[in-house]
Amino acid sequence: MNEDSKKRLGTNYQWIGKSTPRYDGMDKVTGRARYGDDMVLPNMLHAKILRSPHAHAKILKIDTSKAMALKGVKAVVTGADIPDHPPAKPPYPPIVVDYHDISRNVLAKEKVLYHGHAVAAVAATSEAIAKEALKLIEVDYDVLKPVLDPIEAAQPDAPLLHDDQFTYIGGEEVSKKPSNLFRSVVKEKGDLEKGFAEADVILEREFSSQPVHQGYIEPQATIVMANEDDGVEMWTTTQGHFVIRNYCAKLLNMDISKIKVTASEIGGGFGGKNNVYGEPVAIRLSQMTGRPVRITLTRKELFLGTGPTVGSRSRVKIGAKKDGTITAAEGEIWYQAGAFKGSPVGRALNTFFSPYNIEHVKTVAHDVCVNRPKVAAYRAPGAPMACFAAEGVINDLAKELGMDPIDLRLKNAAPEGYETVAGPKHGPNGLIEVLEQVKNSDHYKSKLKENQGRGFALGYWLHGGGLSSVAAHLLADGTVSVATGNPDIGGSRSSMRVMAAEELGIDVEQIIPSVGDTATLGYSHLTAGSRTTFATGWAVVNAVREIIEKMRGLAAKIWEIDVDDVTWEAGHAVATKSGKVERLSIKQLAAKAMPMVGPIAGHSEINAGGAGPAFCAELVDVEVDPETGFTSPKRFTVALDAGRAISPDYVEGQMQGGAVQGIGWALNEEYFYDDEAKLQNPSFLDYRMPVASDVPMIDTIIVEVPNPNHPYGVRGVGEPPLVPAPAAVANAVENAIGLSMSDLPLSPPKILKAIEATK
Amino acid sequence: MARHHITATINGDETEFSCHTHQTLLDVLRTELNLTGTKNGCDTGDCGACTVIVNGCAVNACLVLGAELEGATVETIEGMSDGKKLHPLQQKFLDHAALQCGVCTPGFLNMAKALLEKNPDPTETEVRYGLAGNLCRCTGYDKIVRAVLDAAKEMRANGS
Repeated sequence: MNEDSKKRLGTNYQWIGKSTPRYDGMDKVTGRARYGDDMVLPNMLHAKILRSPHAHAKILKIDTSKAMALKGVKAVVTGADIPDHPPAKPPYPPIVVDYHDISRNVLAKEKVLYHGHAVAAVAATSEAIAKEALKLIEVDYDVLKPVLDPIEAAQPDAPLLHDDQFTYIGGEEVSKKPSNLFRSVVKEKGDLEKGFAEADVILEREFSSQPVHQGYIEPQATIVMANEDDGVEMWTTTQGHFVIRNYCAKLLNMDISKIKVTASEIGGGFGGKNNVYGEPVAIRLSQMTGRPVRITLTRKELFLGTGPTVGSRSRVKIGAKKDGTITAAEGEIWYQAGAFKGSPVGRALNTFFSPYNIEHVKTVAHDVCVNRPKVAAYRAPGAPMACFAAEGVINDLAKELGMDPIDLRLKNAAPEGYETVAGPKHGPNGLIEVLEQVKNSDHYKSKLKENQGRGFALGYWLHGGGLSSVAAHLLADGTVSVATGNPDIGGSRSSMRVMAAEELGIDVEQIIPSVGDTATLGYSHLTAGSRTTFATGWAVVNAVREIIEKMRGLAAKIWEIDVDDVTWEAGHAVATKSGKVERLSIKQLAAKAMPMVGPIAGHSEINAGGAGPAFCAELVDVEVDPETGFTSPKRFTVALDAGRAISPDYVEGQMQGGAVQGIGWALNEEYFYDDEAKLQNPSFLDYRMPVASDVPMIDTIIVEVPNPNHPYGVRGVGEPPLVPAPAAVANAVENAIGLSMSDLPLSPPKILKAIEATK
Repeated sequence: MARHHITATINGDETEFSCHTHQTLLDVLRTELNLTGTKNGCDTGDCGACTVIVNGCAVNACLVLGAELEGATVETIEGMSDGKKLHPLQQKFLDHAALQCGVCTPGFLNMAKALLEKNPDPTETEVRYGLAGNLCRCTGYDKIVRAVLDAAKEMRANGS
């Protein structure tokens, strides 16, 4: 544990862990907050995208002449207007960013690969004219057979999406025959055969889950102005404006210095706003017309052309001794990447069994292309599906052995220092605490009613760190501005403010947080991976400490003493001079700074490591109506190791939001395709996310085992609450109806069918 | 295309605007009147983000035509506070941390306001069903429901 964390532990904070006013709250309850589509520029054009009516087809010809001839149409672009890029070459990193693929996903070139694939775009003087023009674009297609299921798609005779994609297994190209299977990744330790030989009980089961959309309420929206000097200014709703800038520059063969991106207020993302869709298209249209162009996707387009997370087919096998000791575990998962490779296979490998101390482990994940939209990240990408399968078999094991499900997990809990199958070792963490807290909760001791069942699951997530840039400035009135490069998606401005105020020992209201644009700050990676409070928060602490150092120097100068004799306490420089205690407040120092030393600022640019693991345990009660198959969650408890809850209200909000997303995933959300692989439910009416009347209050238990690698012990909290949620809900349904349910979502027809099959 | 000339009362002010027949109230508010606090989440009446109050009823602004508004009274999020003091619902949403990204918040506030006007003392279940036409993907609804119940309590105590 580093000295900082040691110092902080057990102390009372002034602001951390308290309820503080939400910085962005006032603008959001009054309608003043400006999101992507709320920006208007003079002389602006409106862009619309033409999308493929087919799931899989060759594009033979695109004729845009009639559309161009329509009055009010100023430009039309197709895939030919987006530069081509060579395919990414092996060795492939865990996350492959392939501009060959991205350019084709933005606007199709040779083929359309899913129903809704973008084919062309129009900029016109009104939205109505742009829509009209789309109907005038003539596209000749040669329709091909589609494939949707990942295992079917990986067969040698399956319809082939890319004739230049070959399979890699363990980093080696295994065949010269093109395949929809992009790669299989494997992690193993010990001797699986030996482990299963030691077992008294071996359980094995297959599972599946469906792709689900992130479901953010604000659609993607971008406004772009290309200037005469080749520069581009963009306002967009995104989880990472530096990332969007780099993607657009690369895709369009531009210098990154020519593109300035400002992040608007963001209306949800959950991983779905990490990518580019309309942004490069809007740049092209603005460059062609010399006018600002706005492109806002419709909800239907979001379902057809953005997200979702991967669907999965999986198999888990676990062996254990009679006393519950797990001797071996094997997990295999097939992820459907959608039209282009990029399933979160690496995360799957480590999610399966990382909470448990198992000597012999093998995990395998496959990344397969199918005729669906290219997957995007969704809150703990790759993890909930693997957790659903692994925890399902762990719950089966508890039943088989007649053990309490939490006791079984406590017995096998991985100790600190445990090396997971994918490599990372567990640092200090709250695994035992979250299990014990749930076990000791009133919820766990409560009785169930008729037709009710209780489910439990445990989830693991290894948080992200990475690149963050922060600039802080002392203003002449003694307030401090703190600018970060991370869009505020879950309250990060408020949490940055709390950490800065804590360091400085001043009121939170004296900190002015903001999100800087790409021209003002150094590179900052996405607001994703639960990294922002950890990594960017760390940079905030660094930047503010620099200001404190400079203020100590200023005070030393004023008092004419050595800087080492000046300390910083509760918003004041303090020193003992000639036997008398002298104090200068931040306000007094700020007033003297300009004339004596000039403006005072601090900045920090870091590549933060050591975010560490987090464990989340979830307990849920559901009631299943045996006549309709409808499941109603009745009680839900989330226990999460937050490391340190900077803003507990927001930590609870993340836990509750993640839990309810998991309820939707487990019970209802799915895409329906017809025989031709055309999406049948691209709307919020037919893609049914949970509403207020579907769910109960979500009880929260925040555990704090500080992360030794962060100045305040932060771990990050956004993602872990979703990881075990589908598993916990599914387990509750199984216990309510007394049947194994392996295929998500557990929608009423599926449950009813399972119940009726027993009659 | 000829445009309709409409006079309506919007947030207490008599407001004139013109619109095409196909333009929805949502479109009119956002593009003709620049009242962008009313959000477009789906444009098909499924998410509630554009909920405004027309003649005392909460409606999805995307399902009402601008041309229907002659003589109507429209309340949007921009008119909920009096400019100095927040409406109790707005204040309780802040107190209870009942928002994250905030894009659904204007719709929830208007729907909750209309709900409490009809039913000043709702149960938790009544609040949940009253807000069931509004989607929030961030909060899991817990803190929103608590904020509305707390606001109702305060509004009853203050007779407002």
